[in-house]
Amino acid sequence: MQISEAWLRSYVNPAISTEELVEQLTMAGLEVDSVEPAAAEFSGVVVGEVVSMQQHPDADRLRVCQVAVGEAEPLQIVCGASNVRIGLKIPAALIGAELPGGFKIKKSKLRGEESFGMLCSEKELGLAADTNGLMELAADAPVGVDIRDYLSLDDMIIELDLTPNRADCLCVEGLAREVAVLNRMNWSTTRVENTEVIHQDTLTVAVEATDACPRYLGRLINGVNARAQTPLWMQERLRRSGLRSLGPLVDVTNYVLIASGQPLHAFDAEKLTGGITVRWAKADEDLTLLNGQTIKLDNQALVIADDKQALALAGIMGGNNSAVSDETRAVFLECAFFAPQSIAGEARRFGLHTDSSHRFERGVDATLQTRAIERATQLIIDIAGGSAGAITEVTTESTLPKRQTIFLRRQRIEKMLGISLTDKQVTDIFKHLDMAVETQIDGWSITPPGFRFDIAIEADLIEEIARIYGYNNLPDSSLLMRSQIIPVAEAALEIDRVKDLLVDRGYQEAITYSFVDEDIQNTIAPEMEVICLKNPISSELSVMRTTLWCGLLKAALYNTNRQQNRIRLFEAGLRFIKKDGQIQQQKMLAGLVLGSAYDEQWGVNTRKVDFFDIKADVQALFSLTGYEVQFLPARQSALHPGQTAEILTLNGERIGWLGMLHPNLEKQLGFDTQVFLFELDQNLILDKRIPIFKPLSKYPSVRRDLALIVKEDISAIDIVNCIKGNAEPALQDVKVFDIYRGKGVEEGSKSVALSLIMQDEAQTLTDSDIDAIVDRALDILINKIHAKLRD
Amino acid sequence: MSATLEEILAQALQELAAVNDLNQLDQVRVHYLGKKGLFTLQMKELGRLDPEQRRSVGQIINQAKDQFQQQLEACKKQLENSALAARLASERIDVTLPGRGQSIAGLHPVTTTLRRISRIFASIGFKVVEGPEIEDDYHNFEALNIPSSHPARAMHDTFYFDAHTVLRTHTSPVQIRVMESEKPPLKVIAPGRVYRCDSDITHTPMFHQVEGFLVDTDVSFADLKGVVYEFLRAFFEKKIQVRFRPSYFPFTEPSAEVDIECVMCNGEGCRVCSHTGWLEVMGCGMIHPEVFKAVNIDSEQYSGFAFGMGVERLAMLRYGINDLRLFFENDLKFLEQFN
Repeated sequence: MQISEAWLRSYVNPAISTEELVEQLTMAGLEVDSVEPAAAEFSGVVVGEVVSMQQHPDADRLRVCQVAVGEAEPLQIVCGASNVRIGLKIPAALIGAELPGGFKIKKSKLRGEESFGMLCSEKELGLAADTNGLMELAADAPVGVDIRDYLSLDDMIIELDLTPNRADCLCVEGLAREVAVLNRMNWSTTRVENTEVIHQDTLTVAVEATDACPRYLGRLINGVNARAQTPLWMQERLRRSGLRSLGPLVDVTNYVLIASGQPLHAFDAEKLTGGITVRWAKADEDLTLLNGQTIKLDNQALVIADDKQALALAGIMGGNNSAVSDETRAVFLECAFFAPQSIAGEARRFGLHTDSSHRFERGVDATLQTRAIERATQLIIDIAGGSAGAITEVTTESTLPKRQTIFLRRQRIEKMLGISLTDKQVTDIFKHLDMAVETQIDGWSITPPGFRFDIAIEADLIEEIARIYGYNNLPDSSLLMRSQIIPVAEAALEIDRVKDLLVDRGYQEAITYSFVDEDIQNTIAPEMEVICLKNPISSELSVMRTTLWCGLLKAALYNTNRQQNRIRLFEAGLRFIKKDGQIQQQKMLAGLVLGSAYDEQWGVNTRKVDFFDIKADVQALFSLTGYEVQFLPARQSALHPGQTAEILTLNGERIGWLGMLHPNLEKQLGFDTQVFLFELDQNLILDKRIPIFKPLSKYPSVRRDLALIVKEDISAIDIVNCIKGNAEPALQDVKVFDIYRGKGVEEGSKSVALSLIMQDEAQTLTDSDIDAIVDRALDILINKIHAKLRD
Repeated sequence: MSATLEEILAQALQELAAVNDLNQLDQVRVHYLGKKGLFTLQMKELGRLDPEQRRSVGQIINQAKDQFQQQLEACKKQLENSALAARLASERIDVTLPGRGQSIAGLHPVTTTLRRISRIFASIGFKVVEGPEIEDDYHNFEALNIPSSHPARAMHDTFYFDAHTVLRTHTSPVQIRVMESEKPPLKVIAPGRVYRCDSDITHTPMFHQVEGFLVDTDVSFADLKGVVYEFLRAFFEKKIQVRFRPSYFPFTEPSAEVDIECVMCNGEGCRVCSHTGWLEVMGCGMIHPEVFKAVNIDSEQYSGFAFGMGVERLAMLRYGINDLRLFFENDLKFLEQFN
């Protein structure tokens, strides 16, 4: 909301600067977003009157005017505006004047005619973005007076960002009340006289929805001139409140809204059929709103209707059919109190948000309606003429909001705020806030005023004390809190440690969006059921990722498109999958690598990264846990069928995947190099084995190497498992240390070099012990996987 | 000295003089001093002499042998020196060349900032708890005193899956989840991703928050102020000015926004702080009685405070990052600056 500082100060004018006023509001919880001058800087412009006018001899569109500017002689000024005419009062910029943007007015000649100044439009004075012709001033504007004084342009526009609880401050009078409290000053609202009732015409008003509309006031004003000019002072106040002038009838309702916070609506009385009913809409009833939008109503929507149709969405927006226009001759003025809970959420439901709905859903003072309708009536008649009929009022007392008395316990203030206040301090604060205070033995009974919808419980009152006392004047304590020892689970591997390991192995951490492009998601994981957002921000961010690879691949492409040809990324975060109709949110850890294995470096040939480079990184990660895992050949739709490992716990639980991006996807996504990926379930890697000590053997360990010929389809793990499967207590470790294909090894086979490490805990192994172990291993290899010893 | 011994010594010294490396030197040594070396043989010959002679001849042989040995040592020393010099010369490298191997990378600045925040709070006994990102309406709104028609819902541009399931708009639902399952005293921080349906220069549809809360008997607004002051000063490692401004959150009361003196201009006023000298860094307040009611904690016995802060915002201020969108583009040129 924005308001004019001068308008605010017309109610209450503390002797403080604009900066101090703004600081005061902000620190009272009414946050000021910005303060802008009401008009751009300009000088030397006065009220002028065109006293005579002649056609320019050499230019069709120019007139040579004599303009009275309050000096002895009128000035000759050449003007090209179409609305210039004799008797018109306009802003006249004199020689030496400086207009917004630094434009200086000098004596000049236009097509041979001398001109001693310039007649100005609103645009030229920086008061509007666009205008048609000269700015027309009121007929009674005093000639020669500086236009800045005449229009009170030396004013500031204060923009506030109000929190939803402070509906009472959504108007100038509400802010004035707050400023008065903060400065311990008195203030009063604008005095409103009851308008004389001239005619007997009324409309019947029936309120069916009495819970939603506890009070409804209406009145007919006949004989208005909708084409009358809204006075400049009102236009200016509206402009500074961010509202455009739309004719006197709408301007007045807007003006009263900004001044008092009470929304009003003006119907064109001649467009109504019969009486007014406030009711719930019928199913499928249509209503075309003022903004041209046609909405389908239902029985949750509160409407104002005549005998024929719904006219307006109550408290939110009027309808097109009953709107006032330049032709309007009679208005039916509505001023109601709608219950916040019946308006709340309704505007949003229809995609609307209006000044009126904003206030009603936060709460309008239910005692305000009579004063507001009288004030609007007066202003309409003053500006547009006409005569008022009697007010028709329907009030259902039982549904009006009740102001409950709240009890504030004395000890709660100290308990919650850490201060103790005197009784006088407390009662002063509440009295200034227009609350009724009654002091009791152990506290106060306090009744909030009608405009404070946010005061309902004791905590609300404590907040008011804190706010007025000043948050920054409240004490702060120095962390004197109870300490507890926090349990530290040694068997939990922290994700931070895992991240550090990857970082130390050259992986850069990425954070990508949890929602991804549905197409990319389907390309990478076509078998997964996706969870779709109902209201995505764009199609590129429309479904929840079922794998972290979506984001990493996108991030990698972003970088390859920016001349990065070596990328190592990882991300930790949730993936979102559906299992048996249930949403599961799994913590994952994923990585992506492409390009060379190492940064280009001297003395070493650059080589491309391969499967085993990434496998080493993943294995390093498992060595943090102390648990063994298995890497088994498997199929995964996103990965190369010949370079995919499924990673399993020894119990066969799937931890994740490791492999090369399938060449089809590589091409489809736009990579021009191989991409390697891994993804692991965090829950299955964040367990750590707590070490258990084993005595060290005093006896030497022995190594024997074997070179075996096996068929190509025998994997390394088959060989190792085959030997380890043979319970051999002295056999400590089996390692594959070389694979050879080519000369000396027939096609379809490979030579695998193994080392066996043997050590006994109780004795030194003899040669015959060792030979026996090796022979038993060989027997098994020959029997089970048809291995041969290489010659 | 007999002629033979003299010849042997002369020969030996001559051979020593011709030696070029330690290998040859060793051969010469063996040739003269080994088990079957010439000097050794001379000594063995002594046995055949009578004891009188044996003594004087023995002395002579020893003298010759010593002479040779001294020469041999000198020669060895010299050869070793030159061998060392040669090695040192041949092994000279350009130490300014870069080291080889895998380079180290780094954490995302959001993670670095989160860790920093967590460490500071851990030091006063807060434990870290995480919660789901797809959240139900109850935990994200209802239990936090934001019923469906509440205007505050309009402040949260919520992503929906269906009428009851949302992407959490803040980390505050973790507060509810913890209080539902644990009893006070509680000291918890909850970092994580949050989502708002909003995207422009200053908003990304996903960002990070850290929620923190403390529940105990006799917790007052003064404790909240104390914790927030100390935290901000620890985070920025500076005695910055901090101010509390009344504000409104449905789940706290009293509620406050916390501003710090602008760290870019030291409160002088600059573009970053919109020339106010202040930067809004977090929201906080005393936990609302309605929230306690939702989780069955007696608000007469217990009180507590909660606070929430934007991690990207703190990272931007700490590291001088000027564009929020950079956080999620994952441009290596950006990320590597924080390694």
